[in-house]
Amino acid sequence: MSRSEKTSATVKERADIALNNDFLRKAVRFTTERLRNGKQLASTEHGNWDEWRERGRQIRLHTIAHLDYYLNLFVENARANGVHVHFAEDTAAATEIVMTIARHKQAESVVKSKSMVSEELHINHALEEAGIEAVESDLGEYIIQLAGEGPSHIVIPAIHKNRYQIAELLSKDAGEELPPDTTVLAGYVRRKLREKFLDADIGMTGCNFAIAETGSMVLFENEGNARMVTTVPKTQITLMGMERIIPSWEDLEVMATLLPRSATGQRLTMYMSGITGPKRDEDSDGPEEMHMIIVDNGRSGQLGDPEFQELLNCIRCGACLNVCPVYRQIGGHSYGGTYSGPIGAVLTPALNRNVAEWDDIANASSLCGACYEACPVKIPLHDMLVYLRRRKVERGHGNRWESIGMKGFAILMGNSKRLGTALKMGRILQKPVVHNGTISLKIGPLKGWTTYRDMPPMADDPFRERWSKLEQELQQDQVTMDATVKDRMEQLVQARQRSKRGDFDES
Amino acid sequence: MKVSLFITCLSDAIYPQVGEAMVRLLAAHGVKLDFPSVQTCCGQPSYNSGYWEETRTTAKTILKAFQDSDFVVSPSGSCTYMIHHYAELFKDEPEWLAQAQALEAKTYEFTQFLVQVLGMTDVGAYFPHRVTYHPSCHGSRLLGVKEEPMALLSQVKGLELVPLPFADDCCGFGGTFAVKMADISGAMVTEKVDHIKETEAEVLVGLDMACLMNIAGNLRHRGEQVRVMHLAELLYEGVAVR
Repeated sequence: MSRSEKTSATVKERADIALNNDFLRKAVRFTTERLRNGKQLASTEHGNWDEWRERGRQIRLHTIAHLDYYLNLFVENARANGVHVHFAEDTAAATEIVMTIARHKQAESVVKSKSMVSEELHINHALEEAGIEAVESDLGEYIIQLAGEGPSHIVIPAIHKNRYQIAELLSKDAGEELPPDTTVLAGYVRRKLREKFLDADIGMTGCNFAIAETGSMVLFENEGNARMVTTVPKTQITLMGMERIIPSWEDLEVMATLLPRSATGQRLTMYMSGITGPKRDEDSDGPEEMHMIIVDNGRSGQLGDPEFQELLNCIRCGACLNVCPVYRQIGGHSYGGTYSGPIGAVLTPALNRNVAEWDDIANASSLCGACYEACPVKIPLHDMLVYLRRRKVERGHGNRWESIGMKGFAILMGNSKRLGTALKMGRILQKPVVHNGTISLKIGPLKGWTTYRDMPPMADDPFRERWSKLEQELQQDQVTMDATVKDRMEQLVQARQRSKRGDFDES
Repeated sequence: MKVSLFITCLSDAIYPQVGEAMVRLLAAHGVKLDFPSVQTCCGQPSYNSGYWEETRTTAKTILKAFQDSDFVVSPSGSCTYMIHHYAELFKDEPEWLAQAQALEAKTYEFTQFLVQVLGMTDVGAYFPHRVTYHPSCHGSRLLGVKEEPMALLSQVKGLELVPLPFADDCCGFGGTFAVKMADISGAMVTEKVDHIKETEAEVLVGLDMACLMNIAGNLRHRGEQVRVMHLAELLYEGVAVR
C-alpha cells in the first residue's frame, strides 16, 4: 500500500465527517442490514454453520502454514498450463510488471473486474498516468470510479451512495438526465460497458481463490462482468494476493459454501468461474495470453507472527463489516485505507508494518467481537486490535496522558487499601459536581461521556464498606443448601481437580 | 465449599446494590458468599488499551484474592472473560500462570453460576413488568452466556419479555473507547436507546454494569423513564417483594 493513500486527518476527524452525513449513514445501514440478515438466513438454512466455519479455518490454517509449498505447486501447475507467473514484492514492483505487459501489448485500454488488490496497488492511477484507459466493469466499482473515490466496502464498493447520488453521477457520465431508477441506471452502465469490453486490449481481474493442485484461478461474481473480462480481451492480467491459495478443488467446496453465504447471503454467486490457463486451440474463446501477478505487499511479514498470521486466512467476504456497529455508524472511508471495517483496521497497519503511522485506526473499535462471530474462518480480529494497541504502547507511541493515566490506574488498583482510600476520597471530592444524582461536568475526558450521557456518581457506601454489615446480617438466619445442589458443586470441584491432574473424566 | 464474590470495581464503587442483590439472592438458596477484600479490578481498562505491564500488576490482586476459593462468581461477563486473558498475560511466569489457569476454571458469571453450577433456573421471582434484555458483547459472544439469562428470565412469574431489536449490537461502551471515540460511541448508544424505546419496555435488564451504565446514562440524558437493572437486582427484587 502506498503511503500517499493516508490522508492527513485522523480516524476521528474522518469519522466526524461520516457521522454528519445522514445520506451515507442511511445507505450504509440499509445495505449492511440486508447483507447481515441474508447471511443469517443462509447460514441457518445451511445448518451446522460452526462446523463449516471450523472446516474453513482448518483449510486456511493448513494452507498458510505451508504457503511456500502450495505457492510452488500452484506456480508450477499454472506455468504448465501456459500462464506467465510473476512475483511482486510491493506496489512499485507490481505496477512495473503491469506497465511492462501493457507497453509490450501497446495497450490503449484495460477493462477490469473487481479486484481489491488492484485497489491496494492503485493500479488505475498508474495506468491513467501512462495514458492507458482503465475501466471498472463491476457496477459498484464503475460508480466509485466516476466519483473519484476508493471502495468503502470490500464487497459493495459504493455502499455509501444512495440511488439519487448514483443517478446524478451516471447522468453526468451519460450526458443526459437519467432517472433514479435502478433498472434504468444498470441498463445504461451495461450498454456502456459492452463497448468497453469489445475495445479493451487487456482484461484485468482479481482472484478469489487459486487452486494449487491444478494451477487454476476461481472468481465469484454476480454481474457476469468478470466472464466478459476473462473471455473478450486478448490478454488477461490477474492480480492476486500471495495468500489466495487453497490446496485443491475439494477445498473449494468448503470455500464456495462459506464465501457467498457470508458475503451476500447467497447460496452461490450468479457466476463462479474456474480458469485454467489461456485459450487452448480447441477453446472457442478466452485470452491468448494470461499473466498472473502474485503480490506480497506486506503479506509475508505476517508469516511466523503468532499474533497476526491468521490475518492471511481472510477470504475477503466482508461479513465483519456488515455486523460491525462502528462501521455501521461511520462507513468505510473513515478507516482511511483500501480495506475498511474490522479487517481493514487490522490489515492496514499490519501490511504497512508501521504501527505508529496508522496507530489510531485500532482505537476505532469497542472490541465487541461481532467481527469474530461473523467471520467464516474465525479470525480473532478483536484480539488482534488489542495486540496492535499493545505494540503501539511497547514501541513508545502511546499517548503520553494515557500512559500516565494507566500507570496511575495500576498503582491504584495494585492494592486494595489504596482503592478503598480512593473510594472514600472520591466520594468527598465529587460532592461539588454532583447535581440531581448525576455528574454533568463537561471538561477533560469526561466531556466525551457527558455529551451523550449522564454520569452516575460514586456510591455513598461502596460494596467493600457494606460488606461487614451485610455478612453479619446474613449470619443470623442461614439457609441450608439443598443436598443435590451441594452434591453438584462438589462433583464440579472434583472434576476440575481430575482434569488438572490430567486424568480422564469418567463421567 | 468456599464461594467468593468477585464484585468488579464498577459495582463496588458505583453499583453496590448489584453485589448486595447477588449476596442476598444466593444466601436465600443456601450459598454463603465470601468477599475477599484484597480484590480490586480485573485490569481490563489497561489490557484493552495495550498497557499489559500495568495489567499484570492489577491482575495479581485478583489472583491473590481468590487463591483459596472453590468457586468465584461475578456480576459481569466482561470482567469474567478478562480472567481468560490472564494465562496469556502470565505465559512467561510459571507460578502466576498456574494460578491464572486455576482461576479461569473456577470463575463464573452470575447467570452461569446459577444455571451451570447450582442447576437452578427458577429462583421463585415475581416481577410483573414489561422487560427487554440487552446481551452484553463479551458475556454473550466471548464467554458464551446466551441461554442462561433467557432460562432465568423465562421462569420469572408475571414478567413480559419483549425482544430488543438489534439486541446483539454493541451499546458503544467499549471502555476507554467511549471517551477516545466519543462521537462514534455516542452514535452507537443513541441507536441502542432508540431500539429500547421501540420496545416500550418499562425495564431494561442486562448482565454487565458497564454497558448498563452507558445505556442508562443516555436514557437519563434524554429524559427517558426506562428503569435499568442488573438481572441479579431484578431477580432479588422479584423474590423479596414476594
